[in-house]
Amino acid sequence: MKRPLKLFPIGGRSMSGAAQAELLPQARMAGPIPWVIAIMVMLMVIAVAGGLALRNVARTAANELSGGITVQLVEARPEVRNAQARQASQILSALPGVSQVVQVPQAEVDALVEPWLGGDIDEADVPVPAMVDARLDGKITPERLMVIRNALRNQIPSARVDAQSSWLTPVFGAIASLQWLALALVLLLGLATVAAVLLATRTALGSNRETIEIVHLLGGTDQQIARIFQRSTALAAAEGGVAGLAAAITVVVLIGRRFAGLGSGMATGGALSWIDWLIVAAVPLLGIALATATARWTVLRALERML
Amino acid sequence: MNTPGSGEIVQFDNVGLRYGTEREVLSDVSFTLYPGSFYFLTGASGAGKTSLLKLLYLSQRPSRGGIRIFGTDAITMPREKLPALRRRLGVVFQEFRLVSHLSAFDNVALPLRVAGFAESEIAKPVADMLEWVGLADRMSARPATLSGGEQQRVAIARAVIGRPQLLVADEPTGNVDPDMAVKLLRLFEALNRLGTTVVVATHDVHLLKKVPDSLIMRLDKGRLSDPTGALKYPPRRSGSPT
Ligand SMILES: Nc1ncnc2c1ncn2[C@@H]1O[C@H](COP(=O)(O)OP(=O)(O)OP(=O)(O)O)[C@@H](O)[C@H]1O
Ligand SMILES: [Mg+2]
Repeated sequence: MKRPLKLFPIGGRSMSGAAQAELLPQARMAGPIPWVIAIMVMLMVIAVAGGLALRNVARTAANELSGGITVQLVEARPEVRNAQARQASQILSALPGVSQVVQVPQAEVDALVEPWLGGDIDEADVPVPAMVDARLDGKITPERLMVIRNALRNQIPSARVDAQSSWLTPVFGAIASLQWLALALVLLLGLATVAAVLLATRTALGSNRETIEIVHLLGGTDQQIARIFQRSTALAAAEGGVAGLAAAITVVVLIGRRFAGLGSGMATGGALSWIDWLIVAAVPLLGIALATATARWTVLRALERML
Repeated sequence: MNTPGSGEIVQFDNVGLRYGTEREVLSDVSFTLYPGSFYFLTGASGAGKTSLLKLLYLSQRPSRGGIRIFGTDAITMPREKLPALRRRLGVVFQEFRLVSHLSAFDNVALPLRVAGFAESEIAKPVADMLEWVGLADRMSARPATLSGGEQQRVAIARAVIGRPQLLVADEPTGNVDPDMAVKLLRLFEALNRLGTTVVVATHDVHLLKKVPDSLIMRLDKGRLSDPTGALKYPPRRSGSPT
């Protein structure tokens, strides 16, 4: 009976430093989980990209407009109108703290009103105003506006002075609420992802119950068992995350091109910076982390109830 | 080493077990298992052998009484301590309980993987063990494609591969021919000689005679009797001091 001795070469329980063996092969997370995560990630990425684009639009516009004022001169006779515009430019330039006084070229003004009035504007029918833009150093206050208004109206009674940001305030408000909407969508989608992973993990736990019990009886720890589910969830989530990100980026780039095609300063101001793209790329990573953590938590909670 | 009174492997003290609200399937069970001994647990079908072994391999808590295993109170012990104790046990389940989607090789390797051994330390012992139980050519077979007797041998290989301190085997030879039964008993004896305490549940009385030094516990309707006096006195084995 010497032979069996050779059968038990593993004596002590010393843990070797070598890489530990896999407990069980990584069972692929069956069912729709990769699909669900792909769809969730895609929607989340679009929401995040949209939110960031809106923020950029608001920022660019605010930068361009803050400190800016516009003088409108409404006068039917073109010669008088042009003369008034030149005069207004001179008055503005002479005022302290006013810089970059520019008469907006008539072609640009025409382009501005074209969508409303059509291409062939008959000067006689519709008097297009002349416009003069200027920038103030520092903040625009009602008092400063009043000073400028008074200075102009002394000479040109019909002159109208507006701070550029004031007529955009409602637009900024709308953009802000859209950003909140994007954030709410991301949170809701995250919640739905957690719920889907929770259900899928529970199902997987149920169908692997016998295996889990065996691993337990052989001395497997909760951590070891959780790791198996955690990893297969992470794999499924990674698959879904990559697919969802790819689909979403395609959509975002296509929409971005259409907006860029508008050529309007407002729309191109929404372009995403490289930091924005990093944030967008982090969304699937966050989704994977969320799914993995959910699976782990679900498994550990369920195992606590087993002996 | 095997001095009487020191280092009992298992102690049951007035243990009772009932499933749900039914009558007790085990009543007033008290015994002590000493290191290095070889025990048979016999009794008619339904006497409670499997139930007693389940308490022993920590898959069931008793309804009453006290159980100590490896010097640890199994009743009050926190859950986190279970894995470490279970790794010192080898179990052959009556229904084998092989992992259905793992090959014979991976099933036998499972206890070593659970214990954290590296793949390089696992391959050869597992292959040798499977060869010894006559399954060298079935290593990559799934349990469903193995015969009952082959599955039983995989289950036994898995139970002994980690050289446990306590081996618990529930009808380990029920599905194999008499020659293989004897061969498997030799495996248990070899393990026993290396210091493992062995408990084999069986209703095959012929098996009892095959291991001369063995001690016999008998269950009758959930109560334990002690035909060889094994449970009252520490076993006297050759080589042990008085
Ligand atoms: N999970 C369970 N739930 C309820 N009753 C059970 C359960 N397991 C076993 N029993 C009952 O406990 C009693 C003892 O069963 P046990 O399996 O321990 O007997 P055994 O001695 O191992 O029998 P066998 O030799 O047929 O394997 C039986 O009456 C059985 O019906
Ligand atoms: Mg039984």
